[in-house]
Amino acid sequence: MFRTALRTVLAHKARLLMTVLAVMLGVAFVSGTLVFTDTLGNAFNKQSAKSYKDVAVSVSTYETNEPGADGKKPEPGLSPKTLDRIAAVDGVRTVTGRVDGFAGVADPDGKLIGNGWSNTGTNFAPAADGKDAAYDFTDGAGPTEAGQIALDRSTASRGEYKVGDRVRVATNGPVKEYDLSGVFTTEDGAVNAGGSLVLFETSVAQKLYLEPGFFRDATVSAEPGASDREILRKVEPLLPEDAEAQTGTQLADDQAKQIENELSSINQMLLAFAAIALFVGIFLISNTFTMLVAQRTKELALLRAVGASRRQVKRSVMAEALVVGLVASAIGFVLGVGLAVGLRSAMGSFGAKVPAGPLVISPVAVAAAFGVGVVITLIAAWLPSRRAAKIPPVAAMSSVHAVATMKSLVLRNSIGAVFTLIGAAGIIGGAAVGKDGKLIIGAGAFFSLVGIIVLIPLLSRPVIALVQPLLNRVFGVAGKLAGLNSVRNPRRTGATASALAIGLTLVTGLTTIGVTLGQAIDKMTTDNIKADYMIAMASGGGLDESAVTALEKAPGVSAASPQRASWLTIDGEGASASGVTPGDIERVLAVKTVTGSLGTLNGDAIAVDSETAKSRGWKTGDTVTVEYQDKKTARLKVGATYEQNEFISPVMISTGLVGPHEADPHTPEVYVAMDGGMTEANKQALVDALGDNPAISVNDRQDIRNMFGGMINTALNVMYGLLAMALIIAVLGVVNTLAMSVFERQQEIGMLRAIGLDRRRVKRMIRLEAVVISVFGAVIGVGLGTFLAWAIGETIRSSIPGYALVMPWERIGIFLVLAGLVGVLAALWPARSAAKLNMLTAIKTE
Amino acid sequence: MTTMPLLHRASAVAAHASGLSKVYGQGETQVVALDQVTVDFRQGEFTAIMGPSGSGKSTLMHCVAGLDSFTSGSVRIGDTELGELKDKQLTQLRRDKIGFIFQAFNLLPTLTALENITLPMDIAGRKPDKQWLDNVITMIGLKDRLHHRPTALSGGQQQRVAVARALASRPEIIFGDEPTGNLDSRAGAEVLGFMRNSVRELGQTVVMVTHDPVAASYSDRVIFLADGRIVDEMQHPSADGVLDRMKAFDAKGRRS
Repeated sequence: MFRTALRTVLAHKARLLMTVLAVMLGVAFVSGTLVFTDTLGNAFNKQSAKSYKDVAVSVSTYETNEPGADGKKPEPGLSPKTLDRIAAVDGVRTVTGRVDGFAGVADPDGKLIGNGWSNTGTNFAPAADGKDAAYDFTDGAGPTEAGQIALDRSTASRGEYKVGDRVRVATNGPVKEYDLSGVFTTEDGAVNAGGSLVLFETSVAQKLYLEPGFFRDATVSAEPGASDREILRKVEPLLPEDAEAQTGTQLADDQAKQIENELSSINQMLLAFAAIALFVGIFLISNTFTMLVAQRTKELALLRAVGASRRQVKRSVMAEALVVGLVASAIGFVLGVGLAVGLRSAMGSFGAKVPAGPLVISPVAVAAAFGVGVVITLIAAWLPSRRAAKIPPVAAMSSVHAVATMKSLVLRNSIGAVFTLIGAAGIIGGAAVGKDGKLIIGAGAFFSLVGIIVLIPLLSRPVIALVQPLLNRVFGVAGKLAGLNSVRNPRRTGATASALAIGLTLVTGLTTIGVTLGQAIDKMTTDNIKADYMIAMASGGGLDESAVTALEKAPGVSAASPQRASWLTIDGEGASASGVTPGDIERVLAVKTVTGSLGTLNGDAIAVDSETAKSRGWKTGDTVTVEYQDKKTARLKVGATYEQNEFISPVMISTGLVGPHEADPHTPEVYVAMDGGMTEANKQALVDALGDNPAISVNDRQDIRNMFGGMINTALNVMYGLLAMALIIAVLGVVNTLAMSVFERQQEIGMLRAIGLDRRRVKRMIRLEAVVISVFGAVIGVGLGTFLAWAIGETIRSSIPGYALVMPWERIGIFLVLAGLVGVLAALWPARSAAKLNMLTAIKTE
Repeated sequence: MTTMPLLHRASAVAAHASGLSKVYGQGETQVVALDQVTVDFRQGEFTAIMGPSGSGKSTLMHCVAGLDSFTSGSVRIGDTELGELKDKQLTQLRRDKIGFIFQAFNLLPTLTALENITLPMDIAGRKPDKQWLDNVITMIGLKDRLHHRPTALSGGQQQRVAVARALASRPEIIFGDEPTGNLDSRAGAEVLGFMRNSVRELGQTVVMVTHDPVAASYSDRVIFLADGRIVDEMQHPSADGVLDRMKAFDAKGRRS
């Protein structure tokens, strides 16, 4: 039987082409993902092992403002004395102290090189030989004077800096210019991942990032033959309270594990989309096998007539599917490996540096590729194979073709209706539950999707009948025939449209939610921010006090208030507080006072948002005990309550009150209102006041809105990209269905040509059929997607103030137009072959 | 044209082929399907083309009807020379001037009987002549089945719809390719009767390829083809006469 199956596969090469393509694409997606993440994981692991190669033990300390047990402030980090003691331990060859923090390098235009959160600076720590083992200098030498720095090679080349050039470097304080003393390469993972690294002379780095004389971390290298664990055991007792030591191997392992975790979440997301693509592929495969079986009715009946059992017939169809699945998986796997290679180099060209490493093809990836490809094909071929087994032997004698019946659709429709109803009930129920309804909605979505897919053949007739008059009127006879043809085989039309509907459901759902969220955030921003500019560090860290003062004094500034993140213990319970400038804060943010007056912040008072006030039982005029971070306490009045605001903590306090108690204030952003509002000149004035610091970004209101909107758009674009594979397979499905239709209706098309339908209109007829099927699928998908988006929106409604569902009509319109275009595109080849059909042979086909 | 006086029409030519040749392949494998055939199909005449299989009778019909290209010679439908036409013009010619009746009925299953009948006019974007259509439908006797789909009709009824479709647009000439090949003898006789009536009563011109002497006996004139050449012609044939003539060719063929 297997040999017959193989022969049939070879005989139907062309018709199986789309099936092979669909399985191939799905498998390529799966294996590409696996190979890519394996390769990446391997490269990163090697990288981290390499960067810790010479590290026997690493010591790190944590910043703390808590006074120690003796009441005195503890030493900040590691003192030179501690390092000396470590150096004296048996087996230790060298100890290198490190201190690091943010350091942004300006390019010659004053713009920051890199993306803010990956710009670091550290100290150049030469050993006795004058070299720092962590850095290989390709040009010049390490910084030995206060005014010198060294840069990693990629940063230097991006800024077009050469040794001897003056380079502007921003740390958390003001910008300074340094002489470039050297350019180096390093195994540092962050640098290899595309970050920038500045090396300072040690005392400069200490002053910038900690305190003179102290280090934050230390790396210990061992004498040959010494045990890392032994050294660790001996070093640990020498360390101050806030320090922790680990061996280099441990660190490398930890890092590897972390990378693995990150990669596996990427992996899972990609695989989820691959699963969608494969699921869509099932419809296409199933269609193809159904048609192959229908075409071979006589042949299969003959097999039955000469004595083949039902089971043998079924098995022969399944064997065919197996062959197709194997071949497609093999091609798909090769394609997937290519995809992985391409993806890696694509990442490189987007600026994300990926460490080099060999291509890793794990047995798991191979097994997954073949397993998935074969199993999907077999699942899809199962129903058609059952149908094949049911062909009665007598069908071999009759000349009538097996026609698609509507009879068995009754059962199908009942099942579909039940599923759809359960699903819809789940979705509506979940939406009614609100916040906790997500799971119910998820289940409901699944049920209704399955239900709709089952029901789609039934839906196709009435829905397409609605557009039939339009088709008749606009496209005449070609339109009329196209519409009628598209509902001729409801099962096939349904399966084809389903594939598109699934894709469109997801696309529409995600878009609607994305746009709705974007709009809500946008509204929140515009409603709450009165300031013209928001100033923040590009690194996402805190602004230096000098920057805050500079902004307050900048010309044209009418009001400026920091949004200093503080932590107060009020009446024994902790609360996050915003340190603000009284008087100015209400001019830069829309704070709605509920009771009292924000003016009281000028005195010994705090303001509390009304929700917190209610839960804590405070009223305006109450007196509370506030404990600051330095453990000092004060009795303060509740001067005002205000409406909860996304941009302000539950408690407001003046910077004047909180300032003296915080040695190291953290100010993520400063809001500034200016005379004349947002103008180029005003922005420039702020930039100038900040000393043209590349590490500080001055954002106007539009920038703030873009910050959030941009994030949502990027996320949507990534989703679109990932769903593209499923959509491509859906398009292949349309091509497949049309090719089948053209093939089956050769005789009809031949007759139409004979009685005078010209080639152009034959093409138009096929094209319109494709458009009708595609748009039908798209409409179903858009409907379901919108419904789902509404339901999911209901569950997040409570957590977003001012939530309102926004229908992205323009985008939905674009989706539908694209679906139509997809139809036109998919029909290109089938329409051509229909138009080229030889009339005489077509008419004679029997 | 059908309104012309009967007498005049009898002498006018609806389709004309002269020196018509059709050759498949080249060199050694060359097959001559039609060899210098010259023939007239007169208006208002029912012509049958007969011959053993492989004689070229279908090819002759296809070439004259603008369905197939020919190697040399000329074909005219009315005043139009087919050899000079491009595909688009040929399609238009078939649409406006030629009707077809196929062996396998070839109706569209998605359309009703009436829609199938008016399909050529729909394609041309013309309104059917109501009175003429009524005449045709009355003649083929399907008035009560017009809104049925082909699958609900018997083979004979389907072929009658096909005849009506060919007649409905009042073409200059109708070609039939074994129109009774898929029918039992009673249904076949009915269909042939309609075809003859369309010639007698409506003045239609019909050319039919057949291998059935009984079918041929309905025609006014039979042309006999063998090996791509016209070998004989018979006016007002009878089934027996045609059968005898065919037997004679067969015997000749076997002897040579």
